[in-house]
Amino acid sequence: MSEGNMNLTLKVWRQKNAKVNGSLETYQVNGISEDMSFLEMFDVLNERLVSEEKEPIAFDHDCREGICGACSMYINGRPHGPLEAVTTCQLHMRSFKDGDTIVVEPWRATAFPVVKDLVVDRAAFDRIIAAGGYVSVNTGNAQDGNAIPIPKEEADKAFAAAACIGCGACVAACKNASAMLFVSAKVSQLALLPQGQPEREERAIKMVAQMDAEGFGNCTNTGACAIECPKEISLENIARLNREYLGSSIASTVA
Amino acid sequence: MSEKINAKIPEGSISEKWTKYRSTVPLVNPANKRSIEIIVVGTGLAGAAAAATLAEMGYKVKAFCFQDSPRRAHSIAAQGGINAAKNYQNDGDSVYRLFYDTIKGGDYRAREANVHRLAEVSGNIIDQCVAQGVPFAREYGGLLSNRSFGGTQVQRTFYAAGQTGQQLLLGAYSGLERQVGIGTVTMYSRHEMLEVVVIDGKARGIIARNLITGAIERHFGHAVLLCTGGYGNVFYLSTNAMGSNVTAAWKAHKQGAYFGNPCFTQIHPTCIPVSGDHQSKLTLMSESLRNDGRIWVPKQKDDKRAANDIPEEERDYYLERRYPAFGNLVPRDIASRAAKERCDAGYGVGTSKMAVYLDYAYAIERYGKIEANKRGLHNASKEEIIVMGKAVVKEKYGNLFDMYKQITGEDPYEVPMRIYPAVHYTMGGLWVDYNLMTNVPGLYALGEANFSDHGANRLGASALMQGLADGYFVIPYTIGAYLSGEIRTKAIPTDHPAFVEAENKVKERINKFLTIKGKQSPESFHKRLGKIMWDKCGMARNAQGLTEAIEEIRALKKEFWSDLRVMGDADEFNPELDKAGRVADFIELGELMCLDALNRNESCGGHFREEYQTEEGEAMRDDENYMYVAAWEYEGDSQWTLNKEPLIYENIKIAQRSYK
Repeated sequence: MSEGNMNLTLKVWRQKNAKVNGSLETYQVNGISEDMSFLEMFDVLNERLVSEEKEPIAFDHDCREGICGACSMYINGRPHGPLEAVTTCQLHMRSFKDGDTIVVEPWRATAFPVVKDLVVDRAAFDRIIAAGGYVSVNTGNAQDGNAIPIPKEEADKAFAAAACIGCGACVAACKNASAMLFVSAKVSQLALLPQGQPEREERAIKMVAQMDAEGFGNCTNTGACAIECPKEISLENIARLNREYLGSSIASTVA
Repeated sequence: MSEKINAKIPEGSISEKWTKYRSTVPLVNPANKRSIEIIVVGTGLAGAAAAATLAEMGYKVKAFCFQDSPRRAHSIAAQGGINAAKNYQNDGDSVYRLFYDTIKGGDYRAREANVHRLAEVSGNIIDQCVAQGVPFAREYGGLLSNRSFGGTQVQRTFYAAGQTGQQLLLGAYSGLERQVGIGTVTMYSRHEMLEVVVIDGKARGIIARNLITGAIERHFGHAVLLCTGGYGNVFYLSTNAMGSNVTAAWKAHKQGAYFGNPCFTQIHPTCIPVSGDHQSKLTLMSESLRNDGRIWVPKQKDDKRAANDIPEEERDYYLERRYPAFGNLVPRDIASRAAKERCDAGYGVGTSKMAVYLDYAYAIERYGKIEANKRGLHNASKEEIIVMGKAVVKEKYGNLFDMYKQITGEDPYEVPMRIYPAVHYTMGGLWVDYNLMTNVPGLYALGEANFSDHGANRLGASALMQGLADGYFVIPYTIGAYLSGEIRTKAIPTDHPAFVEAENKVKERINKFLTIKGKQSPESFHKRLGKIMWDKCGMARNAQGLTEAIEEIRALKKEFWSDLRVMGDADEFNPELDKAGRVADFIELGELMCLDALNRNESCGGHFREEYQTEEGEAMRDDENYMYVAAWEYEGDSQWTLNKEPLIYENIKIAQRSYK
């Protein structure tokens, strides 16, 4: 069943599981409509593979509206493909041309081992949050929501940092596979708000320690992460994290 | 009233029920809490909030989600906001008004006591979230901002741009991860619950599949909480995430838990229309767009002109025409049906003719003029006004306009958006009592997974409120009523015969999926089921269509179990296998939804039976015969018994819902 007239060559990473080696396989897909999303093109290909009694390609996806952070394809050498500020699920085929060859790989990072094909394990991000990415407030402890006014500008900055969807594109984009943009977004959000102040010092130190323990690389300020981030998390957050970390290391008794 | 149904609503006046009950419900002492284990399935707003809070209280919690991280649960996609009766805007809001609006909005099919409690705790939710560092929108004075939403006349909606669900979920998730770090919650990501284990009539655990290794695991719990969301994906196309499914709730149902009002489905009026057969899901455009956009179709049938070429006098602003009092801000069910009515009558637009226009030209001009006045530009040209107006609209709705352009390739600043209703939320769900416990002791349902608060139609910005209310402020108290009687129950070893039997059942089923070796994929069956459901149990239903649908679904089920093809193996990461299990459950649920819709010979909220409408085409309730919750009891393959929980309104005067 064809709905459009784009014919494409896909080179897709296939890997049975974490224990075996993978390789790129080539697929010809025809009759693709420019209104399809990139993932819908994969749906079409997968349906065809099933009809040919071949194993479909595993890939992570869920909300398909750019907010859950599940989708994670490395397309032609760029996380989430050619557009800026767009996740793979929101990338549409009109961004490609008939006859294109498209290479699709999983996120590549030691801390994100491949589960299967294009699916990787990003549980390291959860462990970083568990190490300190929160305000320690038990349910029931809160005072009235308007008890502490927060200047709009600070609230807006905190929101911009909080927009991170935890997809891991920053890590995939980084030549060092550093998670600094992810960690800095959470540290910044809470450092900018009065609610985050009591644990500010130990938060930065604990989250960075966990990031290192997970095997993410160091930051060398190349800035690829911020360019590829689908939510446009700013590099300023990394600068803020560095200040937080340095300040905490000097002041805190945690380290 | 069925003797089997006891909602356990506390005595006393509506405004005192919760306070009194909360103060008298039995407690579990801290030492005993440490030896009580609770299983929480699902980590959206309800699940993450419940798991974190119960762990803070001292219980041992195991939390499960099928996603790779609890942060990805579908609550994350909610856009518009969360309601709370704070009355920060001094516009006359109160607990009673929120309670009243929710009952009326639900077309008098929700349970009074639960809804009042929801309104009572709504304010605490905002406080809790602020304390966690949720970055809500604020005014220049530093205080929280509010906006209005459909179906209400006060400003009580708190929001974080168009990403309110994301920010609330990340707040709850951070609370959950904090407990994971402390060791009071054990987190099982990429795990899917495939069976409830019932021992001596009580829920005592679950069987789950590790989706990475395929291992089937047994988990004991003194209580099991299902916080597994809604079942809108039974329609295949919906605004739900691809993985959202009914499987956990359906397993509970087949283990004896009643399913409440399964046919109550919310169709959201403003979604991006279907563009072709490849369509895998539908994208919502926030209800907040109806604050400023005007909805219209051409007055002439099958008008082939481009939208901008159709002059003002040849446009039909049908919502403003039919509902002058609320206009474009009528509740969702009404706006959706009105769009369908126009399209069915041949006035639809776009290539499929199944769409209406949501037009911002008027708003752009209006905002442009205001902006020009602000700047003192009294002789601004039309072009200048439009440029200024676009800038204002961009600030308010920019992310939504960008999303529309990304998906459709059309620029909504230049041409009207095309929208059409789509399945968005399911008001129905597992039947629960006042404690949020199903009729199976020890088995609870929270958030969208239960049926209790939204009646036949949910108001915008109320789903987030309910999920967090249930998780943070209801279950932590009400679960004591059950667990206080369980303090002597030792952890049951998972080699108990009931665990073995449940595990075998799960394994047999998986084996069956893999050995049918037919020709059709799980995806293709899901698509066909969705079409039956949408055509015959969707926005408008009638007895004949529903009867046919039941037959068609039964036939589809037979075909599924004889011609399914699942590639891959059981002992590996296998999304096709996951999908097969979910589709099998959706097929069974679809039949029950049609049965429920057929039984309910009235129209109410999102349930519109064509036979029961007023001369003007509005929903016609039958309070005499249908003011009850339909709680369906599973009796075996395609067999159900109907139990009824009568709905008694002591605090609200029942009226015909009117937004004219």
